[in-house]
Amino acid sequence: MSPSENKLIVHSIESFGTHDGPGIRLVVFLQGCNLQCKYCQNADTIALKGGTPTEIDSLVKRAINMKTYFGDDGGVTVSGGEPMLQSKVLIPFFEALKAEGIHTNIDTNGLIRTPEAKHLISDLSDLLMFDVKSTTEEGFKSITGAKGLDRLLENIQLREQSQKPYWLRYVLVPGYTDSEESLRWLIDTFSANKYLQKFEILPYHKLGTYKWESLGMDYQFKDVQENTPEQIDRAFEMLKPHFKDMIVK
Amino acid sequence: MDLENTFKKGRWCEAIEVKDFVSLNITPYSGDHTFLEGPTARTSKLWDVCKVALKEERENNGLRDVDVNIVSGMTAFEAGFIDKDNEVIVGLQTDKLLKRAMKPYGGYNVVKKALSEHGLKPNPIVDESFSKYTKTHNDGVFDAYTDEIRKFRSLGFLTGLPDNYARGRIIGDYRRVALYGINRLIDGKKEDLQKITGPMSDATIRLREEVSEQLRALSDMIEMGNIYGLDLSRPAQNASEAVQWTYMAYLAAVKEQDGAAMSLGSVSSFLDVFIEKDLQDGKITETDAQEYIDQFVMKLRMVRHLRMEAYDQIFAGDPTWVTESIGGLLIDGRSKVTKTSFRFLNTLYNLGPSPEPNITILWSKNLPKGFKDYCAKVSIETSSIQYENDDLMRTSSNCDDYGIACCVSMQELGKHIQFFGARTNLAKTLLLAVNSGRCENTGTEMVDGIPFIEEEYLDYDKVIANFKIAMKEVARVYNDAMNIIHFMHDKYYYEKAQMALIDTNPKINIAYGIAGLSIVADSLSAIKHAKVKPIRDENGLTVDFQIEGDFPKYGNDDDRVDHIARDVVEHFNMELEKLPVYKNATPTMSVLTITSNVVYGKKTGATPDGRAKGVAFAPGANPMHGRDTHGVIASLNSVAKIDYKDSKDGISNTLSVVPKSLGATPEMRIDNLVRTLDGYFGCNAQHLNVNVLDRDTLLHAMEHPEDHPQLTIRVSGYAVNFVRLTREQQQEVLTRSFHETM
Repeated sequence: MSPSENKLIVHSIESFGTHDGPGIRLVVFLQGCNLQCKYCQNADTIALKGGTPTEIDSLVKRAINMKTYFGDDGGVTVSGGEPMLQSKVLIPFFEALKAEGIHTNIDTNGLIRTPEAKHLISDLSDLLMFDVKSTTEEGFKSITGAKGLDRLLENIQLREQSQKPYWLRYVLVPGYTDSEESLRWLIDTFSANKYLQKFEILPYHKLGTYKWESLGMDYQFKDVQENTPEQIDRAFEMLKPHFKDMIVK
Repeated sequence: MDLENTFKKGRWCEAIEVKDFVSLNITPYSGDHTFLEGPTARTSKLWDVCKVALKEERENNGLRDVDVNIVSGMTAFEAGFIDKDNEVIVGLQTDKLLKRAMKPYGGYNVVKKALSEHGLKPNPIVDESFSKYTKTHNDGVFDAYTDEIRKFRSLGFLTGLPDNYARGRIIGDYRRVALYGINRLIDGKKEDLQKITGPMSDATIRLREEVSEQLRALSDMIEMGNIYGLDLSRPAQNASEAVQWTYMAYLAAVKEQDGAAMSLGSVSSFLDVFIEKDLQDGKITETDAQEYIDQFVMKLRMVRHLRMEAYDQIFAGDPTWVTESIGGLLIDGRSKVTKTSFRFLNTLYNLGPSPEPNITILWSKNLPKGFKDYCAKVSIETSSIQYENDDLMRTSSNCDDYGIACCVSMQELGKHIQFFGARTNLAKTLLLAVNSGRCENTGTEMVDGIPFIEEEYLDYDKVIANFKIAMKEVARVYNDAMNIIHFMHDKYYYEKAQMALIDTNPKINIAYGIAGLSIVADSLSAIKHAKVKPIRDENGLTVDFQIEGDFPKYGNDDDRVDHIARDVVEHFNMELEKLPVYKNATPTMSVLTITSNVVYGKKTGATPDGRAKGVAFAPGANPMHGRDTHGVIASLNSVAKIDYKDSKDGISNTLSVVPKSLGATPEMRIDNLVRTLDGYFGCNAQHLNVNVLDRDTLLHAMEHPEDHPQLTIRVSGYAVNFVRLTREQQQEVLTRSFHETM
């Protein structure tokens, strides 16, 4: 293998991931994203430059060292950035993890449709967490800077057809994604999906703002207020009856 | 009640074998915590009195009251009560709550100093006696110390040695008083004494004298019981007596001695046998059972010793280490978790969080789920408990009846004692290696045979070779000091009350220790993987180090540096193991600092890892603050690589996490903490303190201590009331890594 084929460009590693999939997880944050979400909490992972080329063997070793902590449901999550940008290297990485019996998960915006990405979606990854940015193409563009809802839906459909579990994550941005219409669309689009295992509502918060400022970038959602408890409750109550495992994080 | 006909018979009926009694009669409990009861009105009333007294103590510079006329002993004081009518378990160290007593046999100057710091003096008769006629442990040690030991001690290579305070760490088997009554114990010791005959070697003479002292202590213990109207000469007859008798035995020890750490042992599941019997017979209710334990624990929280201010540097926050070990498995695989294990933890709710007793969970992957979950819940909500690896300790010593002496040290109950040896400063020892054997601060020649390093950049192999010479020499001086200290402690401040509750001639291990491990590991890693240039003063002593390039840091699950830490521990332990020890004790070592990491840092110059002169070390075996950048598990895994076989006295690690990082919901947090403990101990790690706290809570407590009287935080093998730490110590706690998930 050439160096680029066995190295992932890593932004950082969190060995005690408790918010990115089931159980305790090794979370590998990869550098580089195809979107520029205006509220991105990890703005320093967006740039396609930077990051540390890291041998997948050393990441596999890290995961093996964590086996005693994984229990029945922990494992490895790749997040980002957008991990599917490095799907070519993710394949041997996940194959090695699979050989060690380690559970794999990808935290993705679901827009990438390369053959390698499709292989990860339809077959290789034990779990996928799709981030649903918006319920309309226009909304999608206003948040991420690009359209892409159609590709996301195709990928979710691919996963559903492959009969493997996945989660959806939905950031509840006041004034952008929390209208009754949007929530209704989520119910209509996903509530009948058999392999949708869990639906996570992520309240909007501004914790990542400082990263934008430290990167000398303008945080465009400055004026968007964080959710009130009532706004969160309203969305939760509306969605909950339609999804079997739903939580607010 | 005739215990032999009440409980299942066995070897315990013929010999003093509490372990056999527990094993035959224990009722393991595998359910959850929902059976637990809150405090009774009596308990709450008593605790209210204690809270007022604790407030007075804090407001009076940590000393509520002290008796300057009476030298403490089992029978020295009249009976003392908190509020007699509401007490179901009685007994105080002196005649008043939170009134301290003089125990001058460890060192009279220390007692005088402690009193003078509060504007007090000992009674003239006491003063004359200890100034003119009575020699103490401290006097004896300094009569024998060599110039070399004094030099290592005063310059900070050896710090916190128990040469001017009592060594502690010995755990009496306090259960024996409840199970056998003191008359039976006296008979046993008399038989032992008769069998110790000539030829009269030093060891035999000493042992005869010791057993005679123990017999005197047992008589005093009966007398102490009489002061409270309790007949300790006979076994306990029911659950409340079992708790009371056990407490009286412990009380005898803390009236007699003021050892740094005086652990309780492992009494909960022993007491459960009596409690379960009374519950079965319908004599008591769950409320009664909880009341006994609450009031017992309340008494343990009120234990105090008279300390001088300097003591606070090495043991901050006035700890007593009433360490109670709970849980674990029996060798046959049954769980030792009983309902009384839960009842002990429940005191942290009924009376609120507290550093004492130092509740220690003996963790096994096979503990019942209900108990694991409850422990995690208690940790998350109180930060008051610590965990030790029962699977590791039980199997490596083939022993299932042990307590933890002080913070992390395993001790078989009633069969085994240890000689406490504080610790040596390994970071300073490393600096000897780059300063041709001289103290980096003073230039004092400490160790011969270390060549001067001429090169501009430090060479790893040369530094290692020098470091090995330094370790060997420091080990030699350390061993000399230990042998003197324990010889003198036995001679002048023998623990007769505790030793009376331990088999005659027990196994002994000597407990050496090291501080500064993470500094040493990172320094050697920097020298090996980056370029390190020492900056020297006109005398050639290092004053700083310039590091070019990056290097792997301990605390990130990176073998390139973690194996350095592991190998250093192995090597220094190997050097210690070579040296002969007083009473033929077995050498063991710990990686534990208590709170001396701050004072050790002060005494240590700049180190090759980039740490500036005077900066505090990380506690215990912890990675250095802020250098563990890959999250909790990577940090834990680095520590887990230190091999327990090289550090059998314990490897202390303290984990601080913010609540949210454990998971999104209370249930997930419990699950994830249980998994973390299973995972860490599954890697053969030995010890973990768990703090689940927000930094903001601590900051608030610094400004408004009155709002947080019971805020408890685990430091290094024990817990403290955060508000009783000095400002400097509080700030040091705040600089530690508080893990937050990205």
